[in-house]
Amino acid sequence: MQHPVLEIDRITKRFGPLVANDAISLSLARGEILGLLGENGAGKTTLMNILFGHYVADEGEIRVDGKVLPPGEPRAALAAGIGMVHQHFTLADNLTVIDNIVLGTESLWRWKSNLSSARARIRQLAEDYGLAVAPDAQVSSLSVGERQRVEILKALYRNARILILDEPTAVLTPQESAALFETLKRFVAKGLSIIFISHKLGEIMDACSRVAILRGGKLVAERKVSDVTRAELAELMVGRPIPKPKAEPQSPGNMVLSLEKASARRGSQALHNISLEVLGGEVIGIAGVSGNGQSLLADCISGTWALSAGSLVVDGQTSRASPRAMVEQGVARIPEDRHTEGMIGDMSITENAVAERYRSSAFSSRGLVDWRKARVFAESIISKYDVKCPGPEARVRLLSGGNMQKLILGRVMAHDPKLILANQPTRGLDVGAVAYVHEQLLAARKRGAGILLISEDLDELLALSDKVAVMFKGELSAPMQRQTVTISSLGLLMAGQGFSHAA
Amino acid sequence: MRLEPREHQSLALLVGYPVLALAFAAVVCALLVMLTGASPFQGFGLMLKGALGTQFAFFETLTRATPLIFTGLAAAVAFRAKLWNIGAEAQLYMGAVMTVVLGTGLLPLPWPILWPVLMVSAMIGGALVLSVPTFLKTRFGVDEVVTTLLLNFIVLLFVSMLLEGVLKDPMGLGWPQSKKVIADAQLPKLVQGKRLHLGFVIAVLAALAVWIVDRKSALGYEMRAVGHNAKAAHFAGIPVNRVLAKTALLSGGLAGLAGWSEVTGLKGNLTLDLSPGFGYSGIVVAMLALLHPIGVVAAAIFVAAVFVGADAMSRTAGVPSYIAHVMVAVSLLSMVTAIMLTRYRLRWR
Amino acid sequence: MEAFEILFTASLWAAAVRIASPLIFGTLGELICERAGVLNLGIEGIMTAGAFSGWLAVYLGGDLWLGVAVAALVGACLGLLHGFMVVPLGLSQHVTGIGITLLATALSYYFYRIAFPEVTSPPKIEPFAVFPVPGLADLPIIGPALFQQTPLTYLAFIAVALVAWFLYRTPAGLAVRTVGENPAAAEAQGINVVTVRILAVMAGSALMGIGGSFITLSAFNSFFFEMTNGRGWICIALVVFAAWQPGKALLGAILFGLFDAYQLRLQQLAGSVVPYQVFLMLPFVLSVVALIVMSRRVAYPRALMVPYRKGER
Repeated sequence: MQHPVLEIDRITKRFGPLVANDAISLSLARGEILGLLGENGAGKTTLMNILFGHYVADEGEIRVDGKVLPPGEPRAALAAGIGMVHQHFTLADNLTVIDNIVLGTESLWRWKSNLSSARARIRQLAEDYGLAVAPDAQVSSLSVGERQRVEILKALYRNARILILDEPTAVLTPQESAALFETLKRFVAKGLSIIFISHKLGEIMDACSRVAILRGGKLVAERKVSDVTRAELAELMVGRPIPKPKAEPQSPGNMVLSLEKASARRGSQALHNISLEVLGGEVIGIAGVSGNGQSLLADCISGTWALSAGSLVVDGQTSRASPRAMVEQGVARIPEDRHTEGMIGDMSITENAVAERYRSSAFSSRGLVDWRKARVFAESIISKYDVKCPGPEARVRLLSGGNMQKLILGRVMAHDPKLILANQPTRGLDVGAVAYVHEQLLAARKRGAGILLISEDLDELLALSDKVAVMFKGELSAPMQRQTVTISSLGLLMAGQGFSHAA
Repeated sequence: MRLEPREHQSLALLVGYPVLALAFAAVVCALLVMLTGASPFQGFGLMLKGALGTQFAFFETLTRATPLIFTGLAAAVAFRAKLWNIGAEAQLYMGAVMTVVLGTGLLPLPWPILWPVLMVSAMIGGALVLSVPTFLKTRFGVDEVVTTLLLNFIVLLFVSMLLEGVLKDPMGLGWPQSKKVIADAQLPKLVQGKRLHLGFVIAVLAALAVWIVDRKSALGYEMRAVGHNAKAAHFAGIPVNRVLAKTALLSGGLAGLAGWSEVTGLKGNLTLDLSPGFGYSGIVVAMLALLHPIGVVAAAIFVAAVFVGADAMSRTAGVPSYIAHVMVAVSLLSMVTAIMLTRYRLRWR
Repeated sequence: MEAFEILFTASLWAAAVRIASPLIFGTLGELICERAGVLNLGIEGIMTAGAFSGWLAVYLGGDLWLGVAVAALVGACLGLLHGFMVVPLGLSQHVTGIGITLLATALSYYFYRIAFPEVTSPPKIEPFAVFPVPGLADLPIIGPALFQQTPLTYLAFIAVALVAWFLYRTPAGLAVRTVGENPAAAEAQGINVVTVRILAVMAGSALMGIGGSFITLSAFNSFFFEMTNGRGWICIALVVFAAWQPGKALLGAILFGLFDAYQLRLQQLAGSVVPYQVFLMLPFVLSVVALIVMSRRVAYPRALMVPYRKGER
């Protein structure tokens, strides 16, 4: 075998009692796409952060072309030819594409940036690799796909020979993902090496030649993609059979949510004339590339943003744009971001558990909160929803993502909601927690609650939903029966085909 | 260099770092005292004696602590909700203005009625001053730090205008000062012949009241929630802007009470030197107390002791009394650093 | 003289630029700090310390320019303290800034009292003299306003150009802007966020120090207490007014100086009718109004007041 370009040698990283990486060794050959597969929390991102110098490993070393990479220095990693495309793009929105790319490539002591030669070089690279982008555009004006191209150009501009892509398809339509895989194949043909990080089996099978599987911080297997089946990979990744959510057919009940010609605007986001109905006992899934108005739709139904036109009726009553009014109307709201919206990290579980209802007579009278009752309520959530924590007084910040989500579920489900708004309810959770959330949502469906499920995970949408609709540039397609849609038909809608003023 | 959260905060750590912080402030000041040629040990001795050494000194320290408790509470309440009220100075003066407008004879009421009337009006005065920046923050998104700071200057000029105009005491020999408040408005002394007055007791009661509000009431819960994460609070249905408005009323009101107690308990009238920066020192008091209402009482007494002690040292040893301001500022900076280090560990790699 | 005619007097415009000069330095200084993502509420104290230390250096026999250098150095040291506390330690920028102001002010007063224990009238120095620019100084209105000033005012103009060039044309300026917009983006490109932020705060604070020294070395000739008188806070408002751009900061500072100079003259005109305090209030009121008017802008540095922790998102 030819000399590897990158060797990861027995890397170990601990965070307190947690061993995030346990003596992991990997090597990457020239012109190879190596898949790094593992579920959330398996240690993929930690490993890449060590490789890129964001973290320092407790043990082990990394060699590029046989030379040891000094730990903890992003500059050294860049200089050695490692380029990283982060899952959450690291771009400054208010700067131009060229500024973002050139940053850090010139000596900070120069009295003048040479932007004209940089511009020419970016144009050349864009042409060579098929990554069209306008160098002088502001990043904030770019689409998600274009931003990803800028991220890749950043690495190419620095002559990266090893490219690391962290969950690159999370923000793309299926067709865009396929195009990305083609681009990657062109890269390796030109001699680059790529590490492709994902928790999606299909992608790994499509894009990679070899795959390394991480589980619980350990490297559990390395396989040639041609030698394994999907089922084998799944078993290796999770370590046990994956439970599949099953939505049993049932007849829907009364209308619990009705949006009629709803419009809203917030900055660059907008909703145009959206009409949507959710009946009790049914799950309506909303698909779409992130940034097409799903967040705004969710915020309007959460009560944190007001419609500018149209009507929003919950359970037969027109709703006011107020979170408290929504809660009182029986809407259970699971927010997109647990940390910034769902929970107050520096407050206790008890304080968070009653955040939606501390003013109700159950928990307070004459302006004083009965913290004893609140604690009892928090304890009931902890036991009923199996929240792993030191106790009801523990700060929420210390909980894992899955336990935090269970706490949110407990908070919103406690009062038998009519409508559940689940916005990316399983994002960033491990397989066990995902299964738990799905189970709870389907149980609520069985009890007769209507569920509006917004997700970027098409597998999840297709597994849970009775009907699926797609959002594109603030418009919503007609809902389609689950049985009639496929991943690729959804993908075309997500890219804007079939929408009235798609452009 | 990076910070790592500590999993355990041992008691030694929780006590040790703040003590170290105050010791650091003392060392810095000792070095500064040495610059004047005085001995730092002698200097601190004089300071301690001047602040706490005699009964007279002790009462003097408590007298000085009284307005600091009020302004410290004002800062603590506001900072808990992340409302950056740096304008307690202006609110204090507005409380004092309300007190002399109503208390110098306009309302000839007996004390059991007049006291509460004056307290409430002083609170309204202070609250109004803070309402303006709070409204600008919630309505237009204007940073309240700058507006409260600028209001300090505006209000002080406004007070100066009043004292040379409508509020001017005709018998004041031309000095810009107001008339004295009537006897029924004045607070009695706690000890015969000393300056310590009932305002101190009311300040301590106010601290207890704030503590109860914080721990037990829905408002206290709302204020903490908004302070920790306003976005999540809003999502959960806590009316963030209304909570900030209530916080402003409470915080401004407490600062207004500082003006009221200084006028009715100590000075008798309003002058432009009613407050030597009590509003700014209140911020230090609140931070030293870790924003805890009961801690504010202790921190106010500490800061007052530094000021009173430094005055004494300045008289006897010739060390400029500004050393007190240095000590208080260094304590603030070293204390916030120490608190951070009890929660996080500093790693160089 | 009528209130309107005052607008066409050369002395008004000369005074406007004179009043603006320390504000130009201060506003530029704050602007650099905020562009790097750090609010520096130490400005009021740093300007006081600059005013005092620069003046003291000259009083003790130093050259006037040495005084300016000392003020810049003292400013940079205080900036280092602020930067160290809020960047790697991530302490509250509000509280730390207020603390720096309290500390710098207290130290200035303390040292002043040590140096001059018993003085009744403040000691004086020989300040910067007006240096008329040959050829240009005699132009009507513009001459006295822009070309009959002290060298420190000319330095303020040069500083605007330098800061603008630095921010928009140099790699280091790009690094400063990026750490203020998205530190993670800077880190990913190999920029050391902590170092860039601290250096930016030091440089900005040095400019604040020079702004302070203008007050004692050019506008007046002695140091007295409370002479900064809220100029630092006004600079913070001016940064918002200027939408974080150096050119607009210059414009804002001169507009403000013009307003201030104009109210001083109106005060003499209408002194008997309107209390003088009303005029003195106007600059502060104007600052608040400017903040409200500009509040709709969204061009602020995205990472302003957001502490950066490596590896966190």
